[in-house]
Amino acid sequence: MAIDFSLNIGATKSKRVESDKLYDTLIIGGGPAGLNAALYAKRKGLQVGILTQKVGGQVLDTKIVENYLGYSKITGEELMKEFEDHVKEYDVPITDEIQVKKIECKEYKEIHTANNKIYKAKTIIIATGSLPRMLDIPGEKEFYGKGVSYCAICDGSLYQDGIVMVVGGGNAAIGSAIDLSRIAKKVMIVHRSKFRADQILMDRLSELENVEIYLGTVINEIKGQSRMTHVITFDKDSGKEKSIDVEGIFIEIGHIPRTECLQGLIELDDKGEIIIDANGETSEPGIFAAGDVANVKYKQIIIAAAEGAKAALSATEYINKGKH
Amino acid sequence: MAMIDDNSKNQIKTIFEQLKEQVNVVLIVKKEECETCSDTQTFVTEMTDLHEKLVLEVLDESDDKAKELGVTMYPAIVLLDKDNKDYGIKFYGIPAGHEINSFIMGLIEVSGAGEVLPDDVIARIEKINKPIDIKVFITLSCPHCPGAVAKAHKLAFMNKNVNAQMIEANTFNEISTKYNVSGVPKIVINEDTELLGDQPLDAFLNSIEGL
Repeated sequence: MAIDFSLNIGATKSKRVESDKLYDTLIIGGGPAGLNAALYAKRKGLQVGILTQKVGGQVLDTKIVENYLGYSKITGEELMKEFEDHVKEYDVPITDEIQVKKIECKEYKEIHTANNKIYKAKTIIIATGSLPRMLDIPGEKEFYGKGVSYCAICDGSLYQDGIVMVVGGGNAAIGSAIDLSRIAKKVMIVHRSKFRADQILMDRLSELENVEIYLGTVINEIKGQSRMTHVITFDKDSGKEKSIDVEGIFIEIGHIPRTECLQGLIELDDKGEIIIDANGETSEPGIFAAGDVANVKYKQIIIAAAEGAKAALSATEYINKGKH
Repeated sequence: MAMIDDNSKNQIKTIFEQLKEQVNVVLIVKKEECETCSDTQTFVTEMTDLHEKLVLEVLDESDDKAKELGVTMYPAIVLLDKDNKDYGIKFYGIPAGHEINSFIMGLIEVSGAGEVLPDDVIARIEKINKPIDIKVFITLSCPHCPGAVAKAHKLAFMNKNVNAQMIEANTFNEISTKYNVSGVPKIVINEDTELLGDQPLDAFLNSIEGL
């Protein structure tokens, strides 16, 4: 049996963000954008804290990252551990398990959490990232955790020698299909249009013998009893429906921005992403946004991190100008 | 050959500096029909060798003490405090891969150096007054699983009515099938309440309070 370890506990516990203190900037979110924003803000001398559900964000779901400059190959979790350790060197307080209920702009900005705490800051950087996008088809919710999964690295090993399906055509989908091909007997990839994954991944995929590809195909329904047993697909060219037996379906069709706590406070675009200007500022003065939650087209770790830096520098400038 | 490399060992040693009191780690193995018992024994031996406050005892399933601890599957790890008090904290299967994190958190917790929760949360945990059994099904490649396991174990540590077990789904195929595990972490509370994913402590407590 192969044994490896993915140690991700830091040697020191970080301090917690205090609810009775006024911060220069509070960052909501602990992914690449949030962590890098904290680093930059702290180095500028700002009183900064991170409020997050979980440190690491969706990068944790990525098995291998090969396109973050300086790391030719690193697991998503290791990369996030590097980020976190780097930020912790600066003694930035981090409170996790935080669910933000709403943000209010009074004399200062207030962040209200689900456990009825109020955190105060002169500026806020929203880096809440995104959630997996759902197919929104019958059976998807019903069979979530009963064959329907949004995390291939978590659940893949439960399908040893099984027949699984991956839905999607981007890097995440192809990466998952490659990983699953080593575990499952057969992997089917279903995508509604053409692949848009990096060529390097497509080359690797083409070498695999247990992968079947269905392009121009959508899934109409997921069916089963106590767990899923098959899907109904629809081939757009032939106009025909087909029933395919699968034990598990991994849905990797992108993400939707997490803006539920904003409740109309800030302007969003038609995709629901926060509209930011070239400096990362939102429609509400003193509130900045960065990473996948903002309307920056490309959702990449390095871009999210860089956007976080930009938002922190803009927040610093805002505070220095005494606008708050 | 050592199972844990030197670099990881050094990192773990630094983390173990947080250990407050002695922790008695009990590993229960079975001589036959246990594919992962010997690996688990090597792993737990190497881990406990990293700090003097970690004391390992290896028992066979037939041992009376193993039976007293209520262990039903093998390998099993039970964490007892310095006075051999059993908090109902168990790991079924090897806590390697990502789960090394929940194993370390469990050791720190039972040593008395776990994270202090806000007062309102402590009050809610202390109010639990009926027997609660929490099973957390995991896979070793799941980055979200250690968080769920550590929370379940924390509840067990803080309230004697709560027992919490990590169950490695691939090792214990039969029970995983019984509980229809096809996504992890899957949290089963008192047999019938199910949660999926690394839920916040609040969700654990809401489920428990709703029973």
